Amino acid sequence: MRLSWSDPLVRNLVWQVVIVGTAAAIAWYLISNTMRNLESRHIATGFAFLDRVAGIPIGESLLPYNPAVNTYGRALLIGVLNTLRVAVVGIVLATILGTLVGISRLSRNWLLSHLAASYVELMRDIPVLLQLLFWYLLLQNLPGTRQALHVGNLVFLSNRGIKFVLPAWQPGYIWVLAALLAGLVLTLAWNRVAHRRQDATGVKPPVWPVALALLAGVPLTVWVGFGAPFALDYPALRGFNFQGGGSISPEYGALLGGLVFYTAAYIAEIVRAGIQAVPFGQSEAAQALGLHRGMVLRLVTLPQALRVIVPPLTSEFLNLTKNSSLAVAIGYQDIVSLANTTLNQTGQAIEGIAIIMLVYLTISLSISAFMNWYNAHIALAER
Amino acid sequence: MPPVPTSDPTAAAVRSVPRQRPATTPLGPVAWLRANLFNSVWSSAVSILLIYVIVRGAVGFLGWAVVDAVWSVPAGPTGPDTALCRQAGAGACWAVIGEKYRLMLFGRYAYAAQWRPAIVVLLFIGLYGVSAWRRFWRWELALVWLGTMSVCGVLMWGGVLGLVYVPQEEWGGLPITLMLATFGLALAFPLAVVVALGRRSRNMPAVRWLCVLYVELVRGVPFISVLFMASVLFPLFMPAGLNPDKLLRAQVAFILFAGAYLAEVVRGGLQALPRGQYEAADALGLSYWKKTGLIILPQALRLVIPPLVNTFCSFFKDTSLVLIIGIFDLLTSGKVAMADPRWQGFATEIYLVIATIYFVFCFAMSKYSRGLEREFAHAQARAR
Repeated sequence: MRLSWSDPLVRNLVWQVVIVGTAAAIAWYLISNTMRNLESRHIATGFAFLDRVAGIPIGESLLPYNPAVNTYGRALLIGVLNTLRVAVVGIVLATILGTLVGISRLSRNWLLSHLAASYVELMRDIPVLLQLLFWYLLLQNLPGTRQALHVGNLVFLSNRGIKFVLPAWQPGYIWVLAALLAGLVLTLAWNRVAHRRQDATGVKPPVWPVALALLAGVPLTVWVGFGAPFALDYPALRGFNFQGGGSISPEYGALLGGLVFYTAAYIAEIVRAGIQAVPFGQSEAAQALGLHRGMVLRLVTLPQALRVIVPPLTSEFLNLTKNSSLAVAIGYQDIVSLANTTLNQTGQAIEGIAIIMLVYLTISLSISAFMNWYNAHIALAER
Repeated sequence: MPPVPTSDPTAAAVRSVPRQRPATTPLGPVAWLRANLFNSVWSSAVSILLIYVIVRGAVGFLGWAVVDAVWSVPAGPTGPDTALCRQAGAGACWAVIGEKYRLMLFGRYAYAAQWRPAIVVLLFIGLYGVSAWRRFWRWELALVWLGTMSVCGVLMWGGVLGLVYVPQEEWGGLPITLMLATFGLALAFPLAVVVALGRRSRNMPAVRWLCVLYVELVRGVPFISVLFMASVLFPLFMPAGLNPDKLLRAQVAFILFAGAYLAEVVRGGLQALPRGQYEAADALGLSYWKKTGLIILPQALRLVIPPLVNTFCSFFKDTSLVLIIGIFDLLTSGKVAMADPRWQGFATEIYLVIATIYFVFCFAMSKYSRGLEREFAHAQARAR
């Protein structure tokens, strides 16, 4: 075989060698520069700093944390949990709000549909960072704790955040939760059994009454069995701040609110497009078959709309998670903020940024994997 | 003898139907209200609730923003006296905008020379306008871009033609936002086309994997982390002594970041093109570059112009993130303006004005993109 430039195989091979070689050369050049710079600045690389005492004060954390004792590793772990706390709650709330707005855009009520459209346009045309700063400003400008806006003694709104009443934790509750979990598992199992029996005999055994009994009845019985323990934990002003009850800090509230309102506008457009993508003939045909409105929505329209909705919805979830990194601008201590503090204190810039990127890549890939699984689950089963 | 029918039975049947007035299509505002706001009990309830909320909100906002607003404050012995804004019952203090708009728009740029960034802003807007006009979609447009960019550079830096030299550290405000977005997208776009083509190449697996790696890596991390990389790690990557300034580093980060997202949009266009187009070009014996440049890209890019404009819009908004690494863009100069102790407490007004500026740009882009989409859909429907 002769080597000739007109042979596509040879040509492709040469091109690939040239391009990959150039990329590798650039990478090598940058890495060697970095090595030299690190050496001349006497910075040691490696992740040993994770075991050192952090000394970063952290405002809110899901884990016990003491800046005098705990390490950078723990501080970063708290950052990851704080990021997840915003992302998970934000995704749920944004999906709910977005769906409502998206359906409102299709409403026959002129006022409602135009209001929803204006909301979408307004939210999408203003940078999310500006929105976050604005919400944070509003929450900070609320009256002080002594003049807090309140609903009875249930909810207090002040510049220290939102405080609200919560049912106090009782020792028996862990068993109630366990019962709820067991009920959930049993419901799913019964649902499968019912489906199989329907396939075999054509008659579907009752699912909803059994599910209700399992999901509500079993935990309730356990709760009553423990003597129905119940108490409320009210927030009360002691000194300069509230004690007791649940609380949402201004930073968390502003970040969550900003992200939810912003992302909901995008989700609304996705939901609207998804519903509009189902041809009208589909719901007409379903009605002609005698299905009632709820069944048309549940069995015909929604499954088809979801196929259109899920892929772009995934990327909105990813966007919300990535935008949660803007927390650093309003002082909520997420992974970016804590990693940034860490790299400023220790000088371990490469490691710090590598950790940020790794965390987000992991979260992004997990969400993608889950949504891909879900998408495959609802996809059209073609013959 | 049975009676003989005098005329055919159908005519009798027709006569027996009572006369009806022709159906009227309801017209007029009342009918419109009935059809669109009060067509059912639920709809009426929602309408009444919404009207109440909107009217209350509008009255409250107008009261704050117009009726009770303070438009200017008297000059005090040591500068403007803001006591008027701080009275009980005072609404928005627009005087802060009158006092600070130069700082918000142009940052710390030499005060006497601020007409130069103002012209730069107008030039950029003119450039967008010309580029949006389909009559000018030809290769000469690239020359217009190059020319405008050079004029902008001369105006910003100065130092020639009798203009005072203004170092880059003093630039700020809206021109920085527009420059980051314009240069960033203008340079990210060619990169995106190359990467998208690379990702689609079937017989060069190494190149394909390189492109996939770049796109997925960038899209998996937030923009902030790339900006941190630019501000913290870039100096480490460069040989000792070479230290590009912060704005340039942010610009490079922006290009690399936007490139990955734009590449995905372009790839969508490449995939949407029917395979027959590729095969026909091959059958004509065109080389890869001729096929790509003459057949594939002109059609594929045209398909993705509306989503491209949407992506441009989202990157225009994302330029505001440079605030976090301390670059003096529009949002940062707004924050600096509200930090003045004399004007403390009027941040809402400043945020509203800045939000309006972003909104105007993005709203124009999204309107334009939707218009194009409609036009293309129309053209396609006609072509069938």
